Amino acid sequence: MLAAAAGFAYTLETPLRRIHLPGPTSNGHYQIELACGECHTEAFGDRESMQAACVRCHGAELAESHDSHPELKFTDPRNLERTAVLDARYCVTCHREHQPELTAKMGVTLPTDFCEGCHASIADERPSHVGLGFDTCADTGCHKFHDNRALYEDFLGKHLNEPDVLPEPRVLARTTKPAARPLTLADADAREGVELARAEREAWAKSAHARGGANCSSCHEPAGGGAFEVKVPDERCGGCHERELADFEKSRHGMRHAAELSPMRVGDARTPMAAEAAERTVGCTSCHGAHAFDTRFAAVEACTGCHDDRHTRSYEGSAHARLFRDDPSGAHGVSCATCHLPRVLEAERTRVVHNQNHNLRPNEKMVRDVCTSCHGLGFTLDALADEASILENFDGRPKAHVKSLEMVEARAER
Amino acid sequence: MRRSRSHVLKGIVAALSMAACGKSDGAGGVTPQKMADALHAVMSADRTVYTRQVVNRLQNDEKIIEATEHWKDEKTLPLPAQMFRMGAEMVAEKKSGFTYALLSMWPVNKQNAPKTEVEKKGLAFVNENPGQSYYEEETLGGNRYFTAVYADTAVAPACVTCHNEHKDSPRRDFEIGDVMGGVVIRIPLGG
Repeated sequence: MLAAAAGFAYTLETPLRRIHLPGPTSNGHYQIELACGECHTEAFGDRESMQAACVRCHGAELAESHDSHPELKFTDPRNLERTAVLDARYCVTCHREHQPELTAKMGVTLPTDFCEGCHASIADERPSHVGLGFDTCADTGCHKFHDNRALYEDFLGKHLNEPDVLPEPRVLARTTKPAARPLTLADADAREGVELARAEREAWAKSAHARGGANCSSCHEPAGGGAFEVKVPDERCGGCHERELADFEKSRHGMRHAAELSPMRVGDARTPMAAEAAERTVGCTSCHGAHAFDTRFAAVEACTGCHDDRHTRSYEGSAHARLFRDDPSGAHGVSCATCHLPRVLEAERTRVVHNQNHNLRPNEKMVRDVCTSCHGLGFTLDALADEASILENFDGRPKAHVKSLEMVEARAER
Repeated sequence: MRRSRSHVLKGIVAALSMAACGKSDGAGGVTPQKMADALHAVMSADRTVYTRQVVNRLQNDEKIIEATEHWKDEKTLPLPAQMFRMGAEMVAEKKSGFTYALLSMWPVNKQNAPKTEVEKKGLAFVNENPGQSYYEEETLGGNRYFTAVYADTAVAPACVTCHNEHKDSPRRDFEIGDVMGGVVIRIPLGG
């Protein structure tokens, strides 16, 4: 009996704990599915303790999205009867894990027409919605349960009848500040006996690190001084690039890092990856290189070195890629990073969002920070609604058409 | 003006200390009605100050910034009703059971129409009885509340112009001084 208990406890402490998984986890969580404690913070916890775990990772993003269905809406005593229809006080009501047979996009485990529970009479208030099925509420370009920042009526109303490509399409420029005295090869302060190939040394001397005053010791030695480490832990990058590391830890690239698990192995990913990259693991230098820190490389080749799905493979032949190749300055080119790791303006500085998940699903999250920098809103929504076009990396005009803008225009005219 | 405000403040202090004792009746303490009145006085004063001294002054007198519905996107001021609601949300986040809301029989957003029987009776009452408030106990989700409804009047041009021009407003004939809706305060009674 004791041996059985000890054996059980042993399995919980090792990767053998996989045998306790009641079912595969969703695409959003599978990378950390063996870190049970990330969600199951208490041994026999209830919905409340689980909710605290959800909010710990997802709360900030949800607040930033101006959540249309915040918890407060359902905890208000005057709205309590709604929780009998849908208890939206708890994430797990709609996003249950370990139930792959129920799991649709974005980890939603409810039938697609659940909106009807509270919004059954919408056609009375909005004649334009007569005859629309409740399984279409969340179609691209219409409504989202949480994030409607690019979809609310007045926003659409401000962007009616825009051209496919705006008069001044542009990508935000980077804002970098060189150090007062940039470093040269002669300044390299690697210890005696440290060997580095000439090509790598020269790459560093030409890099933004040298220009910014980051020497060998800045990365290869701990902050207060200490032994020279060949492999630089990602935390050290975070010593200067705090926001980038924080973003990275929220992303599919770095979420294992945040859960204190071993780095993500490329071959373990569910999304298609190049076979020859299978044994590589993801960290800061996976995309940025060890010494060159070439951000142009990080913007495309770093991605295509591992990702091997239709969208990625179609990029090379796309109009976006042609712009990128033809424009070394980066002002008009569209790389993988332009859309998936966008530049945003914060307090007059450009920051690169290092969380590729930040605007991935639902894809309307790309509308404001990315697509509408260059394209009109109508064209953008049509493109995002055309799944075939997305797979081909936007080869030609979108064939889908989102009617939301016409609906808004019609109501404004009345 | 100063004298009645210090009365209000004393009332609030007494109410809070009495509430800590858990007294729900008037036995030597503060009744839920007095507590609701005190809370409403504070809410009302804060919003009136914001409406007059911030929104009306900067938008209509100085004309340097507007108050609009999508203030974050448009880099403008929140509307007084939104400022009020944001305060209510902040209080609700404390999950003390105490909540308050701004409701109307002619709401811009249908979610803010009266739902419970007490809300419906209360809003109708304050609309038909100028200067009076409505009080009643109600039970929601198995919890008892003392619910107070106060008339919400149009105190500034900012109130009526926004509602009269809004495409979702069911009424377009509000005037200064009209009752546009009501503040509903819910104090949990326990048990």
